[in-house]
Amino acid sequence: MNTTLRDAFNQRRGRAPSGNLELYAWFFMRVSGVVLLGLAVFHLLYMHLAIQVDNIDFALVSERWRDPFWKTFDFFLLLFALSHGMTGLRLVIDDYVHNPRWLAFAKGAAFVAYVFFLGIGAYIILTFIPPVPGANP
Amino acid sequence: MASRTVYRKGSPVLAGLRYRGREGMFAWLLHRVSGLGVLLFLVLHIFDIFLLGFGAEIFDSLLVLYHSWWGRIMTVFLIFGLLFHALNGARIIIQDFWPRLWRHQAKLIWIETAIFIPVFLWTAYITLRPLFR
Repeated sequence: MNTTLRDAFNQRRGRAPSGNLELYAWFFMRVSGVVLLGLAVFHLLYMHLAIQVDNIDFALVSERWRDPFWKTFDFFLLLFALSHGMTGLRLVIDDYVHNPRWLAFAKGAAFVAYVFFLGIGAYIILTFIPPVPGANP
Repeated sequence: MASRTVYRKGSPVLAGLRYRGREGMFAWLLHRVSGLGVLLFLVLHIFDIFLLGFGAEIFDSLLVLYHSWWGRIMTVFLIFGLLFHALNGARIIIQDFWPRLWRHQAKLIWIETAIFIPVFLWTAYITLRPLFR
């Protein structure tokens, strides 16, 4: 972590961070934000403008996931979007929860939710085997 | 517990309305609300994709969530939230790394709005169009 990065963070917050965790969280929001500007915005516009909601069903998703490119795309979208969202939620919890016990509880619950949804999302992307088209499942 | 005394003086919502932070305040508020909204949708979306593992019938029967008229209206909120959050987030990142631009944040918010409106309206129109046929 070079000094310019720390300067940018300190200027933003108006105070020095107590440890490195908040600095990394701040930097992660920027990096994942830039990544999601590509992944999430493309996914939203592509699914709603090019494919359109009416055409989305089991057959279409299976067909998409036959292609390793889309599986990889969706995996990284899941990883970055959920991590960015949960880091953001952690920031919101810090803003509104002041009691130390409730703060620990809320952050713990957010972390459990993060692991759970990352787990079921990664599980289905990595283990789903698209059925052969035309065959009766 | 210093923060508690601030809240006792009145509702934080009313305090927020009195603050009159103009563009920056509304951008901050919308960024926070849209971020939480998109996160809520993301969790729902991970769950519905997880149901792919239970086969075509269960998955397709659940798609009423997105194909119904109320599902489409919710989708328009999602499009609004995600596009706004993306553009406003891009502005914040640019300002953080070129701090001199913070002086022009209000102008940048209007530029951001000018990009947001056509992209949002077009995507919302395509999503809502089947309702009018």
